Amino acid sequence: MSGLDVALLAAVAALAVALVTLLLRRRPPRRLAVPASARRILVPFSGSLDPTVLQAAIRIAHAEEAVLVPAYLLIVPLRYGEDSPLREEVKLAMPLLEAVEHAALRAGVPVDARIEKGRTLTHALRRLWDVEPFDRIGAPAPADGRGGFTEKELAWLLLNAPTETLVLKPRPREPRSRLRSTA
Amino acid sequence: MRGRYRILLGMAAGVGKTYRMLQEGQQAHAEGQDVVIGYLEPHDRPETAVLAEGLEEVPRLRTEHGSLELNEMDVDAVIRRAPELALIDELAHTNAPGMRNEKRYQDIDEVLDAGVDVISTVNVQHLESLNDAIAELTDVRVRETFPDRILEEADEVVLVDLTPEALRDRLRAGKVYTKDRAEVALNNFFRVDKLSALRELALREVAEDVESRRQSLVLDPLSQQAVAERVLALVTPEARSQRILRRAWRSAERLGAQLDAVWVRRQGRELSEEEQVSLAALRRLAIVLGAHFLEEEGDDLVATVRHIVYERGTTYVLVGTPDESRWREVVRGSLLSALVRELPGVDIRVVANRADRPEQPQ
Repeated sequence: MSGLDVALLAAVAALAVALVTLLLRRRPPRRLAVPASARRILVPFSGSLDPTVLQAAIRIAHAEEAVLVPAYLLIVPLRYGEDSPLREEVKLAMPLLEAVEHAALRAGVPVDARIEKGRTLTHALRRLWDVEPFDRIGAPAPADGRGGFTEKELAWLLLNAPTETLVLKPRPREPRSRLRSTA
Repeated sequence: MRGRYRILLGMAAGVGKTYRMLQEGQQAHAEGQDVVIGYLEPHDRPETAVLAEGLEEVPRLRTEHGSLELNEMDVDAVIRRAPELALIDELAHTNAPGMRNEKRYQDIDEVLDAGVDVISTVNVQHLESLNDAIAELTDVRVRETFPDRILEEADEVVLVDLTPEALRDRLRAGKVYTKDRAEVALNNFFRVDKLSALRELALREVAEDVESRRQSLVLDPLSQQAVAERVLALVTPEARSQRILRRAWRSAERLGAQLDAVWVRRQGRELSEEEQVSLAALRRLAIVLGAHFLEEEGDDLVATVRHIVYERGTTYVLVGTPDESRWREVVRGSLLSALVRELPGVDIRVVANRADRPEQPQ
């Protein structure tokens, strides 16, 4: 093999390495793989969500390799039609939902967030589970009397939910640490 | 000079749009205007037929489709006749195959371009952006639709309103359909709840039209043209599209723009159960956000998007992070490059997953 052949081979090899490096470099981040059979855990909330409740929901979803479905529930005032767009309310819901989604994805839990509406929180919930299957519901209870579902709503949920339901009680903590809509 | 366009909008058949159109035509005729009937839907309603008397009707164009004989408006004859005002019923109508234009609203456009004023009629369920909402409300998928821009471009949109109860009374009295057909209609499409929902949509559509006209009076036409933004979110039936649609909504809010979302479905593609759930959830989100959800069939994603962008006047396109491999990019080209190349003058924004950002050192 002549010196020229060796140089040519080396050049071809270098080119091949450069090409492979280019193709493999900075691959787009892979999306979290979600098997079609993955369980779905619904965490409905409205207005605010206690971080300890969110962490509990994420832990459960992680342990069960489930998809977390945080659902912001909007109440449609009676003066509007049920299918009216709710711009102002969505402005409040959006940043909170993004924060929840972000926290779950950071923890490696796949998320499939929702915004659902109804005349009441329970009406919105019923509309949601009427059209989508869930394997478990994690319902936030109020912390220090604020946020979460009321006693009456929780009782309704436990009686009517179509699936296993957990009531997630927030860990007592400083009131200022609550995640709250800010838009 | 282009003619003036007045659209009479109703919630459903039988509210009296055609009747009102003829009344206005008769009044203009009585005031000395040259009025013709460009096309009148043969509803077999005696009151309507009486009201049409005395108005000249431009002969229709007869075409044959198989064993059927179809009558369509003769656009060229209307233009040749050159009246001051033409009454043309049912703008969402689909013309018979072989006609120059596929839809009647395109025929009307030609008549307007010829300098003829037009009064036309349409029901709210034909409005393209409401197609999904109407299907959900009424369980009926309307095939004959017309683009939203038709209402936006009309000089006047007038609501022909009737309470659901009054319309049902008209049906029972046989003023809309024959008795046997009316009975079926009363128990299906013409139920009070469905009519109330349709009426609400029609009222809202006209209210929004009034609001947008008020705003356009504030801005001079050139400024209006410069700031008129429209956002399009490209979605697929999967979880991350919820984020894309939400992010698109936030952009649209900041820009004061209308928001459209589109899923380009490959021809003949079947959806899995999970995808059906995701698609339904996207439609519901679009309703909450006041966005228009479109589902288009096409094997060429970029070509289909280009068609939508230019049809709807889109200025921003939001797309999720493509997950194509480098290898695929090299072999088949990147989706983003293709969008940038095929959509000159349109901003393209890639919606990233914030969770992919590397953690900042504390």
